[in-house]
Amino acid sequence: MNITLEIWRQPTTHAPGTFETHQITDAKPEMTVLELLDHLNDTLVAQGRAPIAFESDCREGICGTCGITVNGRPHGPAPNTATCQQHMRSFSDGHTVRLEPFRSAAYPVIRDLIVDRSALDRIIEAGGFVSVDAGTAPDADAMQIPHEVAEKALDYAKCIGCGACVAACPNGSGNLFTGAKLAHLSLLPHGQQERERRARSMGAQAEAEFGPCSLFGECSHVCPAGIPLTAIAAFNNEQRRARAKRS
Amino acid sequence: MTHYLLDDLRTIGSRVDGGVPDGDPATAWDRRRASYRLVSPLNRRNFTVIVVGAGLAGAGCAAALGELGFNVECFIYHDSPRRAHSIAAQGGINSPRAKRVDNDSILRFVKDTVEGGDFRSREADCFRLGEESIRVIDHMNAIGAPFAREYGGQLATRSFGGVQVSRTYYTRGQTGQQLELAATQALHRQIAKGTVRLHSRHEMLDLIVKDGVASGIVVRDMVTGQIRPFTAHAAVLATGGYGNVYYKATLARNSNATAAFRAHRRGAYFASPCFIQFHPTTLPINSPWQSKRMLMSESLRNDARVWVPTKKGDDRPPNDIPEDERDYFLERRYPAFGNLVPRDVASRANALEIHDGRGVGPLHNGVYLDLRDAIARVGVGVINERYGNLLDMYHESTDEDPRRVPMRIGPGAHFSMGGLWTDFDSMSNVPGLFVGGEASWAYHGANRLGANSLLSACVDGWFTLPVTVPNYLESLLGTEPLSLDDPAVTATVDEVRAGVAHLLDIGGTKPVNEFHSQLGDLLYGQCGVNRSAEELADAIDRIQKLRKVFNDDLLVTGSGAELNQELEKAGRVSDFIDLAELMCIDALDRNESCGGHFRVEHQTPDGEALRDDANFCFVSVWERPTEPGPYTRHVEPLTFTAVPLEQRNYKTK
Repeated sequence: MNITLEIWRQPTTHAPGTFETHQITDAKPEMTVLELLDHLNDTLVAQGRAPIAFESDCREGICGTCGITVNGRPHGPAPNTATCQQHMRSFSDGHTVRLEPFRSAAYPVIRDLIVDRSALDRIIEAGGFVSVDAGTAPDADAMQIPHEVAEKALDYAKCIGCGACVAACPNGSGNLFTGAKLAHLSLLPHGQQERERRARSMGAQAEAEFGPCSLFGECSHVCPAGIPLTAIAAFNNEQRRARAKRS
Repeated sequence: MTHYLLDDLRTIGSRVDGGVPDGDPATAWDRRRASYRLVSPLNRRNFTVIVVGAGLAGAGCAAALGELGFNVECFIYHDSPRRAHSIAAQGGINSPRAKRVDNDSILRFVKDTVEGGDFRSREADCFRLGEESIRVIDHMNAIGAPFAREYGGQLATRSFGGVQVSRTYYTRGQTGQQLELAATQALHRQIAKGTVRLHSRHEMLDLIVKDGVASGIVVRDMVTGQIRPFTAHAAVLATGGYGNVYYKATLARNSNATAAFRAHRRGAYFASPCFIQFHPTTLPINSPWQSKRMLMSESLRNDARVWVPTKKGDDRPPNDIPEDERDYFLERRYPAFGNLVPRDVASRANALEIHDGRGVGPLHNGVYLDLRDAIARVGVGVINERYGNLLDMYHESTDEDPRRVPMRIGPGAHFSMGGLWTDFDSMSNVPGLFVGGEASWAYHGANRLGANSLLSACVDGWFTLPVTVPNYLESLLGTEPLSLDDPAVTATVDEVRAGVAHLLDIGGTKPVNEFHSQLGDLLYGQCGVNRSAEELADAIDRIQKLRKVFNDDLLVTGSGAELNQELEKAGRVSDFIDLAELMCIDALDRNESCGGHFRVEHQTPDGEALRDDANFCFVSVWERPTEPGPYTRHVEPLTFTAVPLEQRNYKTK
């Protein structure tokens, strides 16, 4: 396949960036987008030129490290699929493919396609945990959790933390990410005691870091973990519960 | 020939003491723990501990020490702790909680683990693993891991290789992810409290040793390139395994051996480096640009059957091959365990079929893993609930739906049983340097059982290191961490700076990936599933030549004062090259077969690994020379009382 790549290059956070064009003549439909970038980087380095900086790690769609904007869409054209699992078979011979960093004011560019997503960690730090110290937990079998509840909790817990939801949102909202964690923890018996406090502190942090949600729903189309839009409902519901409890 | 060669490469050292209390191994941990010294709650804030890595072992250790009230400085090269490679573990975590009436027990767990490891691990370590596993499940459940549940609400379990009971706890095919997220959430809780300070995008490049004692580390800020020291009362390395020495492995792309190997260069012993696990069910490499060997969980072998066509070179589509022309070779060769034999046995069997010309796929380098019969038995809905994300992952990668067409899988480098040597307290021979999780050698011997790695990382992080580290710290009460002006600190920082400058200054023509790729091919070919003295000796020679070319002709673009991924890789590959040499020396020195270390000269008449307990019932503990010269191989003898030494048998028992 012949592919024209337009790639965002930006040396540091505060330096201006620009698109750089590369012609690839030997792309294969079975390659992933990242394997194509590996291939291009091998060529660039062999010529003594700076390779394109991008992040990836597990290449199995579970670690959430990768994440670039492909033709304007976070992660790429295949819905609900991480960049490392996006294949060139989505494109045709002669296509132009534009690669940019995730677009969000909450994600400053570090270099080229690498962004700083630490805002997501600060959401978790605000309360996305259960306050039980090592060794103090009761017998896990003594507490029965219905099969359906455990499965539902996992449907929200499986978020990979890639941050594509924020990048896809016209408002730059982090409510899918935050709502998924709130929903996950609210379904399980442990940590119920801190449920309202968690909702308040994570909600406040999400408001400080990200934009508001107006239910465009773009987030759930790109989410590689398939987190359902009901996570947004859970976000709102947890906020409402927390307010009601306080008053 | 072999001996002559070995004499140039290593000298024989002495016995090292693992510090296991005498007597019954089943009670060794309780007795040892009772003897530990304590640090009182008010004194804990006066101690600083460095933790490198935030996978299951690192995040658990950092969080637990923080919960106890110690100051923790945690360093990770990822942007976020949640990225650590524990996240990618799929199948489950073992615990002999023995709730079912399938006759499980801690002793049976120890027996399975010791036998699975082919009698090359410490029995007492395995007892600790079994004993602490009970509260690992309780704890991980409480801090947010939504373990699979039966319809009655009880924890669900399944079976894994090398085991005839059902003791593996799981969350679909993403158990590692859920445990890692729970652990890092607990870590974030401590970060919010201020007990843990997290340094993300920082890579450890050296260990600071003062008067033989571990006193700190040197790190490079991967965004700015700044190199600086951190000192502390103790350091914990939880930096994962070194399977990426094979270049294309199941590991994440950034997993590396640098932190552990630089500690080794500073005097920490390396144990059993040749003990590498080849996972039997990974995606075969079908093209040179394929970036890794994707892992398909062992749990699939609960339901999927492994087979090859009986005819060599049979290229018909798998669904067109009739039943009587399929060889379910694992079920045929190992009737008692069938498809659930341990990984080393399955990998060798797969490799044998492929070698004999019955491999499938375009390059004839795989075997089939087939869900057809299970789907017919329980329906596709149940199979999706058990493995949905794995099947989707395979589908995305290959464009073939494993619910309709058998998967193609083959052996790929996966887990390193070897690692930094530690005593029963998880401390290396360098006082103050502790090691946890896959970075250490403990528990797994010459072959790890499935679902025991998440367990060992959790046990080390949450329940071993939080009591062994304070035992060491107690004697340092009233002391400060080493001053940053100390000559030992500044000298180490200078050496790190010089090392980085050297990589940038070589100015050659070959990119680092070329070296890594050559090294990987060499190791797969000569230190892979099958090994021989002749091939290993040749491999050592070739690795030494590769190192010379690396030092003469490496090309690293860019500078050290910026985000430079080529520079990061160059440092890691320089360590991989030296580690590969040590692996081959160890494999040559260990003149027996055991577990995943299969020396073709030593096999039973039906092709199983043949141990030599008279000469090799020990852990090989390698000391690196400070000047160019041969390695010293020490030994820690292994004794077995609860699980008597015997030839492994997965055929009939």
